[in-house]
Amino acid sequence: MCPAVGMAISCHIPGITLPLVGRAREGVLTQENMTEPVLTLSGISKSFPGVRALHDVALELYPGEVTALIGENGAGKSTLVKILTGIYRPDAGEIHVRGEPVSLPTAHAAFEKGITAIHQETVLFDELTVAENVFLGHAPRTRFKLIDWKKMRAEAQSLLDSMGAELRADTRLKELGIAKKHLVGLARALSVEADVVIMDEPTAALSQKEIEDLYVLVELLKEEGKAILFISHKFDEIYRVADRFTVFRDGEMVGKGMIKETAQDEIVRMMVGRSVDHIFPKVKAEIGEVVLSVEGLSHPTEFADISFALRRGEILGFYGLVGAGRTEVMQALFGITRPSGGSITIDGREIAPRSAADAVAAGIVYVPEERGKQGVVIGLPIFQNVSLPSLKRTSTSSVLQLAQEFALARTYTERLDLRAASLSQDVGTLSGGNQQKVVIAKWLATNPRVIILDEPTKGIDIGSKAAVHAFMSELVGQGLCVIMVSSELPEVMGMSDRVVVMREGRIAGVFDNKGLDPVTLVETAAGIRSQAA
Amino acid sequence: MTDAAETTHRHIPDRLDNPIKSAVLSWETLLVLVAVVIFILNSLASPYFLNAWSLSDLTFNFTEKAVIALAMALLITSGEIDLSVAAIIALASTLMGMAVQWGVPTPGLVAIGIGVGLACGAFNGALVTGLKLPSIVVTIGTMSLFRGISYAILGDRAYGGYPSDFSFVGQGYVWWVISFELVLFVFAAVLFWFALHRTNFGRQIFAIGNNAVAAQFSGVRVARIKFVLFCLTGLMSGIAAVMLTARLGSTRPSIAQGWELEVITMVVLGGVNILGGAGSITGVVLAALIMGLVTFGLGLLNVPGIVMSIFIGGLLITVIALPILYRMWRERRA
Repeated sequence: MCPAVGMAISCHIPGITLPLVGRAREGVLTQENMTEPVLTLSGISKSFPGVRALHDVALELYPGEVTALIGENGAGKSTLVKILTGIYRPDAGEIHVRGEPVSLPTAHAAFEKGITAIHQETVLFDELTVAENVFLGHAPRTRFKLIDWKKMRAEAQSLLDSMGAELRADTRLKELGIAKKHLVGLARALSVEADVVIMDEPTAALSQKEIEDLYVLVELLKEEGKAILFISHKFDEIYRVADRFTVFRDGEMVGKGMIKETAQDEIVRMMVGRSVDHIFPKVKAEIGEVVLSVEGLSHPTEFADISFALRRGEILGFYGLVGAGRTEVMQALFGITRPSGGSITIDGREIAPRSAADAVAAGIVYVPEERGKQGVVIGLPIFQNVSLPSLKRTSTSSVLQLAQEFALARTYTERLDLRAASLSQDVGTLSGGNQQKVVIAKWLATNPRVIILDEPTKGIDIGSKAAVHAFMSELVGQGLCVIMVSSELPEVMGMSDRVVVMREGRIAGVFDNKGLDPVTLVETAAGIRSQAA
Repeated sequence: MTDAAETTHRHIPDRLDNPIKSAVLSWETLLVLVAVVIFILNSLASPYFLNAWSLSDLTFNFTEKAVIALAMALLITSGEIDLSVAAIIALASTLMGMAVQWGVPTPGLVAIGIGVGLACGAFNGALVTGLKLPSIVVTIGTMSLFRGISYAILGDRAYGGYPSDFSFVGQGYVWWVISFELVLFVFAAVLFWFALHRTNFGRQIFAIGNNAVAAQFSGVRVARIKFVLFCLTGLMSGIAAVMLTARLGSTRPSIAQGWELEVITMVVLGGVNILGGAGSITGVVLAALIMGLVTFGLGLLNVPGIVMSIFIGGLLITVIALPILYRMWRERRA
């Protein structure tokens, strides 16, 4: 079952000779240690103010095996990766590398212990060459302790060749596409004496052909005896590359096992769990006539043929994997992204918003996911943030009327239970949840018809989350309609009347939230299941 | 949770800071103190200073630059900059001089000066907002372009022969020692103060300067407002060109050389954040006054031009460092 790890030291994979850089890894490669995990985590907990990210989590990684880490967004996967790479320190728990307890206070310490990570956006340097990126920090040295450039280039080149990467070691990184950059990241992982390689959604930005190449490289890493932690949302690739799996849900480990012995829907069940029975304050609102209808909305690169209708009093959930094109569709409705085709009709009137100002005038408002960058104007006080889109109403022939601005801001911020010392406070001094309330207050003050919330509770504390959810119910009760883009399954299940699932820029399914099985949503989003007609 | 949101609204006060206290601790207060100190030093240094006509002459040192600084303050507050203002003066003045040769009367000259300024500003604005180019690059380019055209037309010649009623704009007095230029500046300052601090337009400028993306996502028409600001800066440069040309009575292509830096110095000294998002017209007016006092005082003391240039350079550096030190000091207090 296990690959011939003993072979890996000479590394003769048919057709490929991998140069081994540096010292041999004793301990890992010996026969008796083969079934011992290289890395063991036990009892790991980590909390942030208001959020319990990880609770009593365990994980083992075995040499020459790929362990898939599976879980929804917010399950704690990235927190775990950050703990392993020395970016966060756990509040409790132990980390053992090859049986020895270790602590990983810094990124460098993690590197020293042989843990390396390839992130979705790998940290590489555009202005440096491929060889420099591969060997940054551990370049071969000459007698005088200076970098041996010739040797470095040669080693990098032979490493790249052995990977089958069609890359030249002296190319500058900025000239490469994202897929090639990933290969450089992998070459870097291979060049260091890493025993543990973490791959955080490595295929997110790759084409099918590049993904196939990546699978070959993963096999190569396995042959080398490296323990691989593979994080992915895509079940086809998990079943393709992984040997073992561990499932996280809400910061806890809820299951683990061998991939070969476990059916896909069993893993999906573990992922989704029964956690949907959170108390969501969803009140059934009277569903009325169609307010917004979108027909065949398309964009050259981001999305295609998007059609849906939104009714009065309805909360329409948009579920999908990160990168499925949901935000781009919403920003097209909001006049930020220009669609290449299709139509948007609101209250029977077709509109073509060319700016956010146009969309707001038509009654469509958007609460962005990127709160700090797009939501609030940090540097301006709270009341000015709230009044910004409503200045025409609060002013008298374009002359500011502060009293009216304060009154408007007070009405909506107090309704949302904003926690602030005063309305003249810089909005940047508020917590994430309270900033979100300011953004929502700003839009409510414009009397919108449709309010689009993009990941409305991402990264905000439980209390503010509940306030936002309660408010959504209140809004639809008053006859507004809401589009809620969310990657959090409990939120989608708890709040939506209907759910649109997007996958790779297209609508993969539309579901009524009546007896809807969350497994259906996950599988549709991942492309395992297509909607039955 | 729903109950909490519906029933017990906690009251949020409008403001906590005492407005009088924050006014006393403001940048403008510091500028007033600096102005008073320089005024006293000037009157001690020269017996000719404390005289109504001297003080009137003093105003000619800054009014032309200051009318541009008013518009530049808005532009920099929005996060953009215009380095071509002095070159716009050169081009506008050259075209006015050209018109004089064709016999265009005073009202026509004024219209040409203002119109050329507006057109140049619109050109800058279109390049920045239409092509989404950084304004510092665009206006370095147009700085060379506008003055280059002026050199191409004039070479080493000069235009003169402006009509005698034209000189009133630059040299005339409205009443006793109160010059027409000063009246024009005060009038413009009031208008710009109102626009920046009392209108929706001004509020949107602050929003753009603090976070242009979030402002756009809040329904502010960012590109339109930036375009208007470039037009305004061009327009005020055109007005300054009329004033300066009328005062000098001649046009050379090197006219107003280096003024862009003095204008920006005024704006930054006035407390406008060079990165955008903060600033006040009151501060810019005080800064203009300070720079006028300094140049006039050094002139009375017969300090040579090169020393004045060193002084202006030193002032610019100090001015950029001072607000940072001041902010550090305030943060440490808070």
